[in-house]
Amino acid sequence: MITDHLPILLIIIGFFGAFFTPIIGMIRKKLCSPWATFITMLQFLISLLLLYNVLAAGNLSYWLGGWQPPWGIEYAVDILNAFVLVIVAGVCFLVSIYSRKSLGLEVPGKEIPLYTLYIVLSTGMLGIVITGDVFNLYVFLEISSLAAYALIALGGRQSAMASFNYMIMGTISASFILLGIGYLYVMTGTLNMADLSILLPGIYGRPVLLVAIALIVVGLSIKTALYPLHTWLPDAYTHAPSAISALLAGTFTKVGIYALIRVMFTVISPSYVIETVPVMSMLTWLAAIGILAGSILAIAQYDIKRMLAYSSVSQIGYIILGVGLANNIAMTGGILHILSHSLMKTGLFMVSGAIIYRTGIKNIYQLKGMGKKMPYTMGAFVVGALSMIGIPPTVGFASKFYLAWGALEAGKWVFVIVILLSSLLTAVYFWRIFENVYFGVHETEEIKKDEAPLSMLIPIVIFAALVFLAGIFASIPIEVIKIWVIGVLP
Amino acid sequence: METITSFSPGLAVLVSLLGALMILISGRRPNIREGFSLLAGITKFGIVASMIPVVMSGKLIELRLWDVLPGLPIMFRVDAFGLLFGLIASFLWIFTTLYSIGYMRTLKEHAQTRFFFCFAIALSSAIGIAFSANLFTLFIFFEILTISTYPLVVHIETPEAMKAGRKYLLYLLTSGVFLLFSIIAVYHYTGTTDFAFGGIIAGNGIPANMVILLFVTFMIGSAKAAFMPFHSWLPSAMIAPTPVSALLHAVAVVKAGVFVATRIILYIFGIDVMSETGLALAMAYVVAFTIIVASLFALTQDNLKKRLAYSTISQLSYIILGVAMLTPAGITGGMMHILNHAFMKITLFFCAGAFIVASGKEKISEMNGIAKQMPFTMIAFTVGALGMAGTPITAGFISKWYLLIASVEISQIPLLLVLLASTLLNVAYFFPIIINAFFKKPERELSYKEAPLFMLVPLLLTALISIIIGIMPDEPLALVSIAVQNLIGGT
Repeated sequence: MITDHLPILLIIIGFFGAFFTPIIGMIRKKLCSPWATFITMLQFLISLLLLYNVLAAGNLSYWLGGWQPPWGIEYAVDILNAFVLVIVAGVCFLVSIYSRKSLGLEVPGKEIPLYTLYIVLSTGMLGIVITGDVFNLYVFLEISSLAAYALIALGGRQSAMASFNYMIMGTISASFILLGIGYLYVMTGTLNMADLSILLPGIYGRPVLLVAIALIVVGLSIKTALYPLHTWLPDAYTHAPSAISALLAGTFTKVGIYALIRVMFTVISPSYVIETVPVMSMLTWLAAIGILAGSILAIAQYDIKRMLAYSSVSQIGYIILGVGLANNIAMTGGILHILSHSLMKTGLFMVSGAIIYRTGIKNIYQLKGMGKKMPYTMGAFVVGALSMIGIPPTVGFASKFYLAWGALEAGKWVFVIVILLSSLLTAVYFWRIFENVYFGVHETEEIKKDEAPLSMLIPIVIFAALVFLAGIFASIPIEVIKIWVIGVLP
Repeated sequence: METITSFSPGLAVLVSLLGALMILISGRRPNIREGFSLLAGITKFGIVASMIPVVMSGKLIELRLWDVLPGLPIMFRVDAFGLLFGLIASFLWIFTTLYSIGYMRTLKEHAQTRFFFCFAIALSSAIGIAFSANLFTLFIFFEILTISTYPLVVHIETPEAMKAGRKYLLYLLTSGVFLLFSIIAVYHYTGTTDFAFGGIIAGNGIPANMVILLFVTFMIGSAKAAFMPFHSWLPSAMIAPTPVSALLHAVAVVKAGVFVATRIILYIFGIDVMSETGLALAMAYVVAFTIIVASLFALTQDNLKKRLAYSTISQLSYIILGVAMLTPAGITGGMMHILNHAFMKITLFFCAGAFIVASGKEKISEMNGIAKQMPFTMIAFTVGALGMAGTPITAGFISKWYLLIASVEISQIPLLLVLLASTLLNVAYFFPIIINAFFKKPERELSYKEAPLFMLVPLLLTALISIIIGIMPDEPLALVSIAVQNLIGGT
């Protein structure tokens, strides 16, 4: 049955697609973008099927080449993987539709490298999520990172520097992760996650495990841009081509968080990282500082993409906070916020790209009258922004509700205050955009409607609709996440 | 208590959302657009009114929609108290729509589609708040109400308006955050957010300190009720067009705040918890302070709308005072005052708007002799002002009577004095306006006439109704008494 091979098909299709992009590009450059859309659409469909299968029939385990783990590489899919796979693949698919016009303007004539890298990045991220092998995880992490460096660098003069900075940080992060994995391997002799989780309890007392955990946590914290290791992110998101910013904001940091959850809660046991070594409580404090710092820094920005980037730093803090509090409710909220933030932030970055596409404006104080000029695009922006603030009935409200509730459940009042205070700060930096976009222009000044092209507008509107729908029916993703969380946490 | 399931509450919310959509679509043709506004208003009132017989027969109407979060559904439950608020808001929307048409067109206001669109959304959320069965549903509509009224407050888009808008948001979003916190905490401790006649706080082993903290955060959360020290957004919001001040900032938004405060006091904390912890009495004194101080502030305002705003702050506190006294008479007086104040204050605001449209005058000091030019408007204004002071045969007398009885019942003489002093203050800040308008000579010849009929007719009708309620209060009193019986019977 072909459906038995879905996990590997997800990856194979990607690499196959990336390999053929230059060949297709040689025939006609314009075909590259539809090709990328086609490939990512297949990946999205496979991810949906995987989620369906996992929900219907329980966890999947796929042995590469028929080699039994722990000798061979295993692709293990449980609800968490499948959930994140759907998000990542979905964002990659929709952004690829959007990217044709946007990249066509911002990076003209480079379709072949762009879309080859695009598919590599998408596949690399899916690989990180689906694999059940820590070394394989590292390999995919490098594949996707290299693709990301190159994609960011395509953005123009300033982006080269941003990309270089990111590469330095990214390489440090990768070295840390590799070293950590190396220690784990030396201690246990295995790289398979399931096998590690059985063998590791035997060496819980040993300091070398602490070193390994420290290395992995720091490495992944750089990848996820956890404050104060976020310094690569604002430049990279600001100067990358808009479509790439949208893609990275929606997926890349989330994949890092996924890896963190996976390593901390299934490879190493929750009780160890919560009680024996207070890794999680350290992360929550950093996350809380990051939530506030990110919001405050966002208020100080006037470039719309840079503002959104700092806002990401803050939102990533929410997710890590939820994960770090490590009770059922907060964890559910944290994982739900992976979904929320992907939907909101991708949509918002797409809108900023659409504004740049039509007008070239990046400064938020020059957006006067944009509400009349691009009514649908800006409408989507309002939905995304309200969700960021946490106004019901959007998905941002649902995750914020769970995060605050989880913090209360944990008895950590400080974090409740941080979460709620940050929504107000978020309101501050989004509301000045609303003021500029919608008010202060009277009908005497004639503004012509000049909407973004449909291939950009449709994905934007889909994201706005999803933010809304996922908010109204938030109990559906929550029920799915809960199954996983209850299975993992004691 | 018997409950029946019906789609009516959902439809009542939905109809003005659909109306809003139609308003947006027909934005280029003003007559059709306003047609939809009116149609939505009348349909909405019809649906709400159709629930009267069921509720009067002592039943509840329920509608459980889907779960937004697991265990936290969007759910409506119409009881007598909710129905009262729903009736008021939807009934007055019809008048306000007519009045708005006159006001906005005469002044040739810009962005009228946005105005009517946001108005319809705001009304939907007001009805949603009225019919919410739990705090969670209520919070959703509460936040939508905040967001949808913001464009109305900053309507004229001048720098001052934007500044006022920021203040509006600062207060209301912050209070929303407090409310959210309180709701999560209640859910955390009790596992439910449903309104219940005896409250849900009791018997869950919540530490006493926590109960008090929760009450404080809840009350900050209902800052839409504009009691001190969370009142100062309301005078700032007076920069909005007058129909907005009239319906939203005298009825829908502020009454939503009062409504929520009442729901929290009586249906979440419950009469027993409120009286045992002494929170009720503390709250009564906070709002008593507001009644007096806001009246004093009102004395100093020369801008008519701002004076009315301070008067609103003072009058809203009457309602909470009544509820916080926790006796049947007090609760009856408080709930009745939601109705009475709505009709009286909307009349006064309508008059203030008529002055602006007809004469361009906003300041009280410029209104000498205005009664000669605008006799009907000024008569309506007088009716409203008499009602505010609690003169017999106006609606205001009924509620004040009950409040006075309650303050004697619980033998809190200071509260009695506050109510009496407030009456005097009302006289002090309204009667000079009336006397000057009727008897003083204007500085120069006045050449304007009454406001257009679209505005004049609604304001005369609301004035008339506030007298009718004063003479024949039986119907609304019957509704309120069902609400009171439920509460007292439930404890």
